[in-house]
Amino acid sequence: MGSKTLYDKLWDAHVVRVDETGTALLYIDRQLIHEVTSPQAFEGLRLAGRQPWRTSANLAVPDHNVPTAQSERASGIADPVARIQVAALGTNCASFGITEFAMGDVRQGIVHVIGPEQGFTLPGSTIVCGDSHTSTHGAFGALAFGIGTSEVEHVLATQCLIQRPSKTMLISVDGELGAGVTAKDIVLAIIGAIGTAGGTGYVIEFGGAAIQALSMEGRMTVCNMTIEAGARAGLIAVDEKTIDYMRGRPLAPTGELFEQAAASWRTLVSDAGAVFDRVVHLDAASIAPQVTWGTSPEMVLPIDGQVPDPAAEADPVKAASIRNALNYMGLTAGQPLAEIAVDKVFIGSCTNSRIEDLRAAAAVAAGRKVSKNIKLALVVPGSGLVKAQAEAEGLDQIFTAAGFEWREPGCSMCLAMNADRLEAGERCASTSNRNFEGRQGQGGRTHLVSPAMAVAAAVTGHFVDVRTL
Amino acid sequence: MEPFQNFSGIVAPLDRANIDTDAIIPKQFLKSIKRSGFGPYLFDEWRYLDHGEPDMDCSQRPLNSEFILNDPRFSAAQILLARENFGCGSSREHAPWALADFGFRVILAPSFADIFFNNCFKNGILPIQLESDLIGVLFEKASGVAPLRISVDLPAQLLTLDDGNQIPFTVDVGNKQRLIEGLDDIGLTLQQADAIREYEARRKVEAPWVFV
Repeated sequence: MGSKTLYDKLWDAHVVRVDETGTALLYIDRQLIHEVTSPQAFEGLRLAGRQPWRTSANLAVPDHNVPTAQSERASGIADPVARIQVAALGTNCASFGITEFAMGDVRQGIVHVIGPEQGFTLPGSTIVCGDSHTSTHGAFGALAFGIGTSEVEHVLATQCLIQRPSKTMLISVDGELGAGVTAKDIVLAIIGAIGTAGGTGYVIEFGGAAIQALSMEGRMTVCNMTIEAGARAGLIAVDEKTIDYMRGRPLAPTGELFEQAAASWRTLVSDAGAVFDRVVHLDAASIAPQVTWGTSPEMVLPIDGQVPDPAAEADPVKAASIRNALNYMGLTAGQPLAEIAVDKVFIGSCTNSRIEDLRAAAAVAAGRKVSKNIKLALVVPGSGLVKAQAEAEGLDQIFTAAGFEWREPGCSMCLAMNADRLEAGERCASTSNRNFEGRQGQGGRTHLVSPAMAVAAAVTGHFVDVRTL
Repeated sequence: MEPFQNFSGIVAPLDRANIDTDAIIPKQFLKSIKRSGFGPYLFDEWRYLDHGEPDMDCSQRPLNSEFILNDPRFSAAQILLARENFGCGSSREHAPWALADFGFRVILAPSFADIFFNNCFKNGILPIQLESDLIGVLFEKASGVAPLRISVDLPAQLLTLDDGNQIPFTVDVGNKQRLIEGLDDIGLTLQQADAIREYEARRKVEAPWVFV
């Protein structure tokens, strides 16, 4: 019983009490709030006459609905329904005393980008948000997961959640990644290997040399898509990269308190001999740039692959899923992925909109032009601060010179709640996280790729192995 | 929340795996700041032939006759039958809100996504996980000419088919109690306020940086 997994340590440190059925009251250190999943929670508080338990534990930002075009930012949100929802977040935060980075604040951005950027995300903490991609923050050795609106209200009112412990899975990505292969390719390959329900009921810890070698931003990309593997939370052990990232962040501790925190954070690793319920190994060297071909993130293959044939699938439920997907995606069995032409390109989302993503994308875009068949190529930075940093490095100039549009921060075409979307039948190379039917617009066809692969598709007009450009 | 009452209802077979919450309720309807009124837009992109927007009068919209919920036999269905990984993707609680508003009270599937599964219990919906083979049998029975009717007994954790066959099911004891009694989670947790304050006092000593 001496050896604990990282998950066990985080869980044990946050249990307020356990009832006779084994259900725990778990303390929540931090809550991130956005405009889409919070209005009904604030309304619930108001109707019950309740106040937030600990106001300073919350940080709010509008991201899903905000326009990314500068003109619409200036004139106000055109969609009246979206405008009301974004305004409601402002009113709710003001009346309950919660800090909000509103549109126009340089710190505004995608909730899962600004949390780490501001140092609101702390190693060793429990973090929730009414958004499934809260798993992102697990990159810091924090237990972070998405919740529904009822639970957003529950956390606001009590600073706790009613939880049962999860099973634990270790996914070890061993060895070294090849050149031109990224964190996004790792996580897509993992989802391809274990499936979109592979992690259901588990918290996944990512380990192995290839994960340790990733930057904090790469680790966030991996943890971000843990939910696409079915697990609510992903975790990566704290190391010196984690500590270095935290140092100097606006909301992180300072001085002596930082050093005290850092000493504690360094213990946030799974002990040698800790037992996981399931262990999966992947060989990093065998991972090639990935492209999804279907309507579930598990429908993914290396770029040199071919669209699968449902007739070759023995399981009738899976065969039906492949047939549905090919029909929706307008693809035929056996088609090489590298021959699929693209209409639009989206670089952004909580998966891939941080500065390193934009640098990787700009490195491919530099000196090249977006292909004539591409109707729209968007770059949407994850936050106002990412945007400012990219502009200071001249990345915006590289993108616009190549024919990309350079936008204001927000979720944008990842889920297309704002004006950025696909029309029916349009095909998109997207750095986002979900290729579900209609995700980027009704009838739109999404292929998930890394930022470098998205730019490669933009400049050639079709999917291509970025390593061969 | 209304207490969950035993009932007998018609089963609508929706034969797909990995039904995600974007499919259950598309993003444009998430702009609402209300908790109600999502039922007409449930499965909007599969159910209608046109593009749906909030506040549309759905009674005037062209229906996709091939979609199972548009079959008059299933218009009053209260039990949804689906394949594995139901409710994957986004954490949007609008998905169970839409299912409940349509009239669904039980969902049967071989597996559910965690966040959706949890959200169901907050909204009076009972998600029941059954063996894949058994789900296959139920699909056969539910796809006959006469719709399948199942009686749901939550206290006894028992499903009774209209042919008399019975299927026991498991449910977490806490979730079961919450559904049956229609309990307010927040009110219950606030009864532990002293324990929460004690925890905070302890943690402020152990990890003061969390409270800066």
